Amino acid sequence: MAERVFHKSILRNEDPQILAGKAQYLDDIEIPGMLYAAFKRSDYAHARLKSIDVSEARALPGVIGVYTAEDFGDLVKPGPLQVPPPTAIKGATYASRTIMPIVKDKVRYSGEPVAVVIAESRYIAEDACDLIYPDFEPLDAVIDLEKALQPGAPLVHEDLPSNEAAHVIQERGNYAEAAAKADVIIKKKIYVDRVAAAALENRGIVINWDEKAQMMTIWCGTQSPITLRNATATRMGLFENQVRVITPFTGGGFGPKINTSMPDDVLLTELAVRLNRPIKWYEDRRENFLATTSERDQVHYAEIAVTKEGKILGFKDTFYHNSGAYDSYMMTVPLNTQTHTVSNYNIPNFYTEITMVFTNEMVVTPVRGAGRPQGVFVMERMIDAAARELKMDVAEIRRINLIQPNAYPVSTGIIGQDFVEGVLDSGDYPTALAKVMAMIDYKKFREEIQPKARAAGKHLGIGICTFTEGTGVGPYEGAKITVGGNGKVSVATGVATQGQAHYTSFAQIAAEQLGVEVKDVKVITGDTGAFAWGAGTFASRGATVAGTAIHLAAVKVKDKALKLASKILETPESELELVGGYVQVADIPGKKISLGELASMANPMRGTFPPGAEPGLEAVAYYGPPYGATGAGCMAMILDVDAETMKPKIERLVIVHDCGIPINPMVVEGQVHGGIQMGIGNAFFEKVFYDETGQLLTASFMDYLFPQATDMPPKIEMGHTEIPSPLNPLGIKGVGEAGAIPTPAVFTQALEDALYDTGVEIMESNLSPSKVYTYVQKAKGA
Amino acid sequence: MTQLVKINVTVNGVSYEREVEPRLLLSDFIRHDLKLTGTHVGCEHGLCGACTILFDGQSVRSCIMFAVMADGHKIETVESLGTPEHLHPLQEAFMEKHALQCGFCTPGFLMTLVDYLGDNKNPTDEEIREAIDGNFCRCTGYENIVEAVKLAAKKMAAHS
Amino acid sequence: MKPAPFEYYAPKTTEEALQNLTDLGYSGKVLAGGQSLIPAMNFRMARPSALVDLNNVAELAYIKPTADGGIAIGTMTRDSVVEQDPIVKQRMPIVAETMGYIAHPQIRARGTFGGAIAHADPAAQLPALSLALNARLLVKRKGAERWVTAEEFIVGPFMTVLEPEDMLAEVVLPPLAPRTAGSYKQVSRQRGGYAQAATISVVGLDDRNRVKDVRCVLFSVGETPILSKYAAKVLVGNEATEAAIADVAAYVAKNECDPGSDLHGTTEYRRQLVEVLVRRALTEAVLRAKK
Repeated sequence: MAERVFHKSILRNEDPQILAGKAQYLDDIEIPGMLYAAFKRSDYAHARLKSIDVSEARALPGVIGVYTAEDFGDLVKPGPLQVPPPTAIKGATYASRTIMPIVKDKVRYSGEPVAVVIAESRYIAEDACDLIYPDFEPLDAVIDLEKALQPGAPLVHEDLPSNEAAHVIQERGNYAEAAAKADVIIKKKIYVDRVAAAALENRGIVINWDEKAQMMTIWCGTQSPITLRNATATRMGLFENQVRVITPFTGGGFGPKINTSMPDDVLLTELAVRLNRPIKWYEDRRENFLATTSERDQVHYAEIAVTKEGKILGFKDTFYHNSGAYDSYMMTVPLNTQTHTVSNYNIPNFYTEITMVFTNEMVVTPVRGAGRPQGVFVMERMIDAAARELKMDVAEIRRINLIQPNAYPVSTGIIGQDFVEGVLDSGDYPTALAKVMAMIDYKKFREEIQPKARAAGKHLGIGICTFTEGTGVGPYEGAKITVGGNGKVSVATGVATQGQAHYTSFAQIAAEQLGVEVKDVKVITGDTGAFAWGAGTFASRGATVAGTAIHLAAVKVKDKALKLASKILETPESELELVGGYVQVADIPGKKISLGELASMANPMRGTFPPGAEPGLEAVAYYGPPYGATGAGCMAMILDVDAETMKPKIERLVIVHDCGIPINPMVVEGQVHGGIQMGIGNAFFEKVFYDETGQLLTASFMDYLFPQATDMPPKIEMGHTEIPSPLNPLGIKGVGEAGAIPTPAVFTQALEDALYDTGVEIMESNLSPSKVYTYVQKAKGA
Repeated sequence: MTQLVKINVTVNGVSYEREVEPRLLLSDFIRHDLKLTGTHVGCEHGLCGACTILFDGQSVRSCIMFAVMADGHKIETVESLGTPEHLHPLQEAFMEKHALQCGFCTPGFLMTLVDYLGDNKNPTDEEIREAIDGNFCRCTGYENIVEAVKLAAKKMAAHS
Repeated sequence: MKPAPFEYYAPKTTEEALQNLTDLGYSGKVLAGGQSLIPAMNFRMARPSALVDLNNVAELAYIKPTADGGIAIGTMTRDSVVEQDPIVKQRMPIVAETMGYIAHPQIRARGTFGGAIAHADPAAQLPALSLALNARLLVKRKGAERWVTAEEFIVGPFMTVLEPEDMLAEVVLPPLAPRTAGSYKQVSRQRGGYAQAATISVVGLDDRNRVKDVRCVLFSVGETPILSKYAAKVLVGNEATEAAIADVAAYVAKNECDPGSDLHGTTEYRRQLVEVLVRRALTEAVLRAKK
């Protein structure tokens, strides 16, 4: 039977409310008696806090209280790890130093809170912050990753012997042997620099403690409501069901909103109870840049061993990963880098070594891409270096090294962020490459368009890269589906939503099984009062993992409905179908019963109840994959560069992408578009800049350059390959991060190609025209 | 004693008389004093455009104006365009073209575009991009927003 | 990012406003469009104790043609109004061209012509434009007024000759001679963003296509907008050949600007931009002047 609402571009359930300005976001929430918080933050990146004078601040009218570490006692201790340590990897060493809720003796990043003010308005709270006088003894800051590891470097954590936060080596085959057999070995140092998630909505939290009911309600645009609930309950000695976390509409997540046990939720939950008043904290943009996590920042020493025909025999990558001042998120990001360096090419010998380093910068946790862009950037740049050396076409050298479609499943030999060996479940990388080349007229560009342009003095360049995206990782998610007495369907799942259309795509999954309209399925995400088991929204896993759980629960509900209806309609189940909110007999349309009626009948008010039965039309299901499903794709870009000003214009951008079977193709395309905006930002506009003392120089949109509409290509040309994942019944793979992953690599390759006459080679991302100019001048020998 | 200034502002056709502190930002006044939370705050330095409203018919940034500067003036916010049951053609176009994801930037875009499309009935893709250059979006890559604007221009021409 | 508290004055007339400024002295600051001031206040980088809001002084907003063919612009005239004014477009196209580069329409709807000049941001367009057009600025204080040339008006980064009791009241743009045209060129990281280097060049030709007058102004590459002396020295009285323009561009980039280095660009890169932009602007201005 043809899919009815699954695999269809259905318009979103949530849009009318959002468009009319009626959706409730965190800062829209107001509770009578609510107070407002502001944090006094350290300007120094590395300093001892000798003392702090809050007396003037306390005396300011409108201030309810000003609190420092000594007011919080035992609460001031390292928070829990957000992610377990990499014990699954043999030989891994690590030191866990998790985020502190407030500074006690030592500041480790600029922006770390030294006091919190509670006042009658945010305005007054900020006034009070001006009246707080911390006495700092500045210390030398640790910024450069390699210098941080030299003996005698200042220590971010003085109880550790060095600034090494973790060390992991993973190997497949034998790189040394491969190198010995190679015709050409190329070595490069490659940088990828830090970027911010920069969601349009900053972070925030509203906490209400109901003393009489002994219930805490927390509103937070968090990507992990269940973890937030559980951590809060554990910390405060409450039952989990005494804490309810509700995610309102959230203005983008992109990674940093996954973190819990941050200063805000730890300290403000305590104060909400102490003061017995609701408290709101809503971050401002400056704080977001300063004290919300960000990511990328790695230094790679990469080596590729190839034959003279361009076949890759081996790859070696020794890299340093900046963890920032703490490492609550352990090794997720650098492990993603490791697993995405080699994922789409046949590389039998691979050695990769991570040294994770503490620095006096903001803590690093995933930002859309989460380590994958760095891995892809490194591999793609090395392949380009090999192509240059061997005088090979950049598309051709990739084509001959790609994993072939008949190879799956492919064990990568590398353990990833889910602590199991990576397995590429399915894919067809050569077709994606061929499709992109056809769409962008690669041959015609190389043979006609580019030579003509060059003869006319134009600098037109093309870049083409392939990539994979590990998605849909465990541990698991769950869902509860309930048919209401109104005949409509309620779907509740633990993941939260930050704009990725869960209210519609999840509804589509349920509606497909239950025969109702998508608009009659109400999806509840991120409310622990509705569903409280699951891990969260990260790693492009919502649709795959929660989506599958929803599907399984829907199938169960369908079975229950058929079983019950079969009894009532006295017809075998095989002759029944779910259509339009009814269970009806296939050839006798009049013989039917509505789902609502069935649900009521399944919940008798009196009488007896069959043993083993469950009331209502409701089911709960859980799904945990054995490993993540891997999406993949190919991207190409044509740049026109003004060789006098080094300003590039993206003439064309083409991407072919495989995310398995898309639930809603329109939503999938939107996800890729958004990822590309960030990818373009990472390539040429965005950079979180710390100076050598750890001062953040990019604390506003004046300096942190956010791609706007005219920075994008005139059209994002998208093609799809749909290779179903065998790992889940719907064949889904994730897609949330796809657009962000290959873009810097493609951009840099196209830039080099455009500036062919300068011989420039650029082994870093986060570029700018000025940076390119400096590279070109160096290449010219100026 | 905090100075309070009496202001008279018309918002979405309704007259309000309030007493406000001079430093109260117009964005906060609209959101928290008038409880019109459709206008959002993203940066408070006038760059992201999430707070865009119409001020005497022109799109402006409410986060870099004080409420006192609105005394005697007319303001329109996203709530003036339509309701969930009866969307403005521009809002319909956004929905039909999937031009919003998280929706946080959306009201700012809508107010910028209501102003722009009033004077520009048939913009090209390039013109649309220039018109929305002052509104940031992290979710959509602007791609579908451009399509939505073209559709909206058609719808609004058909309506008039 | 909420601003610190301040006292607020909302005069209705110029006279009232000047009285406020006199009374407040160093405590007082003019609030014009607020598009630069209010963001700075939200960051608490600016904390004026008192603001004198000129937005209700209707008599300060006007565009009037002057008898000699120039334009007089009241200080509180909105950027968007200047940008779209038909007399401005007709008499001085370079003004409308320049204004299109100022941020985005939403900012121009509130920003004021005089406010930007009085703010004297080294990276801003209007101070440079006033220098390129040899504007005359009317400075008023209680009971007195004086005229200042654009060259005299700006003395340093964000610094003008305005004393606390002064207000910039009017900007007069002198008429452009026949066969005079300007060109605006900039490089910014993003459209609408601050320039990394920019120039407004105005060239006047005689009827033999020799340069009669040239005002080549650079901005965003020094503490104030810079009027090139070399351009005038080399070009006035001569034909603006490709070689001459190239010579001017190279010299100006090397010797007449002082671009700093920051996150977004090195000094070397910005000098490179100056050379390219001056060359392109002078070339275009000459072409336009010939029409």
